[in-house]
Amino acid sequence: MTAVLEATGLGKRYGRRWALQDCNFAVPEGKVVGLVGPNGAGKTTLLHLAVELLAPTTGSISMLGHPAGDHPSQLSRVGFVAQETPIYSQLSVAKHLRMGALLNPNWDADMAENRIRQLGLDPRQRAGSLSAGQRAQLALTLATAKRPELLLLDEPVASLDPLARREFLQELMEVVAKHEVSVVLSSHLVADLERVCDFLVVLVASRVELAGDVSELLASHRRLSGPRREAGSLPAGQDVIAESHTDRQSTFLVRTDEPVLDPAWTVAPVSLEDLVLAYMSKARDGQPARRTQLEVLR
Amino acid sequence: MIGFAWLQSRTQTLVAAGALAVVAVVTAITGPHLVHVYDTSVAVCQAHDDCPAATNGFLRIDHTLSNWLNVLVVTVPGILGIFWGAPLAARELETGTYRLAWTQSISRTRWLAVKLGLVGLASMVTAGLLSLAVTWWSSPIDRVSATAFASFAQRDIVPLGYAAFAFALGATAGLIIRRSLPAMASTMVVFVLVRLAFDEDVRPHLISPVVKKFALSFGGFGIHNGGPPTVQPNLPNLPGAWVTSIQMVNRAGQALTTRIVEAACPNLNLPPALGSGPGTGRGTAPVGGNPLEACATKLAPIYHEVVTYQPANRYWAFQWYELAIYLAAAIVLGGLCVWWIRHRLS
Repeated sequence: MTAVLEATGLGKRYGRRWALQDCNFAVPEGKVVGLVGPNGAGKTTLLHLAVELLAPTTGSISMLGHPAGDHPSQLSRVGFVAQETPIYSQLSVAKHLRMGALLNPNWDADMAENRIRQLGLDPRQRAGSLSAGQRAQLALTLATAKRPELLLLDEPVASLDPLARREFLQELMEVVAKHEVSVVLSSHLVADLERVCDFLVVLVASRVELAGDVSELLASHRRLSGPRREAGSLPAGQDVIAESHTDRQSTFLVRTDEPVLDPAWTVAPVSLEDLVLAYMSKARDGQPARRTQLEVLR
Repeated sequence: MIGFAWLQSRTQTLVAAGALAVVAVVTAITGPHLVHVYDTSVAVCQAHDDCPAATNGFLRIDHTLSNWLNVLVVTVPGILGIFWGAPLAARELETGTYRLAWTQSISRTRWLAVKLGLVGLASMVTAGLLSLAVTWWSSPIDRVSATAFASFAQRDIVPLGYAAFAFALGATAGLIIRRSLPAMASTMVVFVLVRLAFDEDVRPHLISPVVKKFALSFGGFGIHNGGPPTVQPNLPNLPGAWVTSIQMVNRAGQALTTRIVEAACPNLNLPPALGSGPGTGRGTAPVGGNPLEACATKLAPIYHEVVTYQPANRYWAFQWYELAIYLAAAIVLGGLCVWWIRHRLS
């Protein structure tokens, strides 16, 4: 199994501030990866490093088996939709497709034109006058008509209203199903990604806090509630990610690979959103790092 | 990539082509008349013995148009640097579209190289065609001019060098500053300063000037900023030369002062100070030939004129040198742009 995206000791520093550091993860082929983290966590930096808009300060990132910057035709195998979906506001929709055709050797003109027609966009319209949703769709069209093996999308739905959000993600999933392309999309909202992602990378304050297959993550995390206890009294195999206490009751979010046998606990599954929020607040509160142990992928 | 560069710069290219067409039409309509007047008045003035009058009359025709065309040739390279060079990368960087352009299937170095090459070439072609039209249109006027060096920067091939330099300067500023407006402003300031400094301090020394002694001869009186009137030297006969200085000195190199002139020629009545005489300003006022001439002859054994000048036949050498220097500067700036986009924008 080759990794479509693999970071090894990856770090990026701006002046004295680290935007990303000590980043290690690997994304297997054929996944839809959610890159989640609060604003400023380093999601954009990570994606820009992948498409060579930035050069790493430490470590390396490789895409589709080649380190970034190593292979000149690497860019043609990746479709990138940048944050706020930049387009040339003076150029028409048709000229954007023309641009795609001129700059990409594998350009699929039929696919691009079909998509524009299906979206109901007027090819003669200036891109600057499109709505945010149409703009995002145009950007997605440009990125997919390149016929890439990997699609990277940076907060593609952040500026869209809920309906446009849903439509965009539906379109994206259709593309994924039709062309067997791997996808990495970032968002600061887990809810956006929950429906579409099967792999998750959680980035908090420039570090990767969690990376793994969504079903494995959900299977290995449990919410335990029962009579009040201290976190230290839990068995060794159960890592506490989050805890909350009332006078009589304790609730823990734990990570464990073994079944919870203690009959004192009510065991419940966790939602993806709870899971991500638990890791985010844990990272924010600066509890002892257990980051490296948390990697699922080997 | 060439196709995409054209896609992006079609509007600006068409605007430039339209403006050039206007200049071409205007010069094509008025040019032949200018030639006709020259041929029928200035060219035959010697036969009628009225050359000064004929020349003055001729220069009054299309005087305003001539000025405008010269201004155009001087400013267009700078304008192209400001409006084509500076936004080239800055607009992409400030609107964020660089993230679209540089993540297609070509490297950003190639993107930059093609854009610099094509738009830079377009700038040079624009400035070159403009200079061609104006040089052709002005040729009868330039024939009357004392020296071709007077309109050196508005004629022939140097405007191409200015255009290439201004464009590369703008592109560099845009890439480094990353914002269009500040990049445009700094392009304008730097370009104007470079042009002025070059005209003033570099061009006269591109080829070391000829320094030559001539016999003393007075051309008249001049009044300098309202000071006392001084005797002005006569310009020796150096057709078309670019004279940078004339000094009246003795063998020891001491300058001929007004006091010495007055002492030597007491019968020479210098006009009173402060412009009540006919010759105000630096211009010379011809005085009834004899006393001045007699005075010059009297002083000639001791004093002579030292003239520093560039002979007329060096005109093209100067054009080529200046073009080469500006082109070299443009190439260096282009290289800086490529280096910057590779190493500093990541």
